Amino acid sequence: MTVYVYDGTYYGFLNCIFECFEMKEWHALPVSESLHQSSFFDSERIIVTDAARAERVLNGLQQRIGKSRTSDFFRVFLSEDPKALTAAFRLLVALFRGNASILENYGDGDVLYVAQTLKKVSRERHRMKAFVRFSKSSDGLFFAFVEPDFNVLPLITSFFARRYADQNWLIYDVKRNYGIYYDKITVEEVQLDINARKQFGTAQVSIALDERDVHFEQLWKQYFKSTNIVERRNIKLHMQHVPKRYWKYLVEKQP
Amino acid sequence: MERIEEKLKILADAAKYDVSCSSSGSKRQNKGGIGDASASGICHTYTEDGRCVSLLKILLTNHCIYDCAFCVSRNSNDVKRAAFTVEEVVALTMNFYRRNYIEGLFLSSGIFKDADFTMERLLRIVKKLRLEERYNGYIHLKTIPGASEELIKEAGLYADRMSINLELPTEAGLKLVAPEKDHDSVRKPLAFVNNTIKAFQSERAIIRHTPVFVPAGQSTQMVIGATPETDFEIMSVADEFYRNYNLKRVYYSGYVPVNGNSPLLPEIGTRPPLVRENRLYQTDWLLRFYDFRLDEILNPKFSQLDLDIDPKLGWALRNPAFFPVDVNTADYKAIIRIPGIGRQSALKIIKARAFGQLREYQLKRLGIAFNKARYFMRCSDTPFRLGELNMAQLKSQIVKTSHTKYKSLSLEGQLTLFS
Repeated sequence: MTVYVYDGTYYGFLNCIFECFEMKEWHALPVSESLHQSSFFDSERIIVTDAARAERVLNGLQQRIGKSRTSDFFRVFLSEDPKALTAAFRLLVALFRGNASILENYGDGDVLYVAQTLKKVSRERHRMKAFVRFSKSSDGLFFAFVEPDFNVLPLITSFFARRYADQNWLIYDVKRNYGIYYDKITVEEVQLDINARKQFGTAQVSIALDERDVHFEQLWKQYFKSTNIVERRNIKLHMQHVPKRYWKYLVEKQP
Repeated sequence: MERIEEKLKILADAAKYDVSCSSSGSKRQNKGGIGDASASGICHTYTEDGRCVSLLKILLTNHCIYDCAFCVSRNSNDVKRAAFTVEEVVALTMNFYRRNYIEGLFLSSGIFKDADFTMERLLRIVKKLRLEERYNGYIHLKTIPGASEELIKEAGLYADRMSINLELPTEAGLKLVAPEKDHDSVRKPLAFVNNTIKAFQSERAIIRHTPVFVPAGQSTQMVIGATPETDFEIMSVADEFYRNYNLKRVYYSGYVPVNGNSPLLPEIGTRPPLVRENRLYQTDWLLRFYDFRLDEILNPKFSQLDLDIDPKLGWALRNPAFFPVDVNTADYKAIIRIPGIGRQSALKIIKARAFGQLREYQLKRLGIAFNKARYFMRCSDTPFRLGELNMAQLKSQIVKTSHTKYKSLSLEGQLTLFS
């Protein structure tokens, strides 16, 4: 089997499709260089990312299955799940080889797995819309830290830009060490340097907080407590909707 | 500053029995200000009772001239009273919203002085939010029964959703515990808002920049288990309100006893009827999304829902002649009637079977409740079955093998002494 080693970006992934058709290697599979381990039995090839080629693949895909389904593949890519990426790759190859309706064949293992992954990514995207908690700094920046299961920041950018159009904000993915920053005009990808990150992480006060910020956090905690109906207590359901791994950054779950 | 925390405590506590939490269905966009009300709604967190928190749900005040036996804020109750100022509500809403704590504001109020006076205060708050703060997030506003139509109409221009609670499902029940209220005072404003929504919609068909009026529609709420109505009576009322007033939602709120010494109501400490509440919601969904008629699920002869099985399964067990449904040939409407198969799965089945006959292993992976569905459907490799199933036996088998989340709760709402 041939293994395509690409740079881990979506464009790199799409270049593997291009390569596959150029070389007519129908059974080749892509592996991100960060996950790649050489194998004795496979032949491998480094795929160089070429933006023009990637866009040709995207255009071709859009013509075959439309815009929204094309973007579904980007969402699946953001799951960072190697199994889902492999399944998506096989579907893309099948699509370009003329099987345009394959995406509806939910009886097929790859189609189902990709659909389920898509669902998971969408759920995580939705959770990040819900669970981001901004703190306000003394210079008016609303900032939040998150650790989503999947790399979903690209999927919530426009949502936050539309909603919080009149405030500066920063949402930072601590796990993947990058964030999105909005300056009331555009959204940019930013990376905090290690020293700044340490400061953020250890003591949040190193971003000077707006003096009333603690006050509103306190009010929110009070509200969270008061709106609960003790007689209906149902911790299992609570945990199902707000899994423990998200508590770290939720104001209302802090003591 | 501490005073506002105490107010929040009192007025959130008093508002929490209103269960409507929906923040969906609007389409208000951000035009240079802050916030939008997105169509899908977002639950920002969940309380320990498992209910979603999407809106800042508060009363403007819990002072009230009425003395409804089921209400925690009734005027004969000795509870702490408080009232927010307009500025306080606006500041709370804006600061919570900017921190992404909430989708918006749910504003209700006890009736102080009279209906118009209360409605006018509520209106002042929503106006300030929309016009001064340029806030485009979600607002759910209570229509105060008895308020003048001018005030209601103006409020509708700023709110996304409006609601009035029926409180008790039947007029007789209401008269018993809240003699000062009647259903007519709910019907009238519901009808008025509904007609105004329609008028604005038809105007928009001609003039494009007609302002939006209550874009997320109206809802109502009934308290369940406070008075002895049957499920059939409750759902008949809901069904009628859905049809006559185009409601987006009817909420069913299991009664949590809050007031002692009323001979008419369950005692304090009685468990709220959570399972029954859930079964009513399931019935509500079957009526609205699964094309069931009310008389198929509930009728004068069969007036209480089963607590141990869901209403769709109950219907299936009473109608063995409808089954088995062949998933490879049946149409969508028949497939969604199979217990354990929902609308999403039904759509997937329809798409997938175009590629070949579906087998049981494929159905299992699709995410249906196979354990329930298997008895009511046929796949291409389902062995042929002679004769009809014994439905009583089947029911006990399904109940035994399914993992219900209610096992820990006593189904009757009453714990047994010896078990």
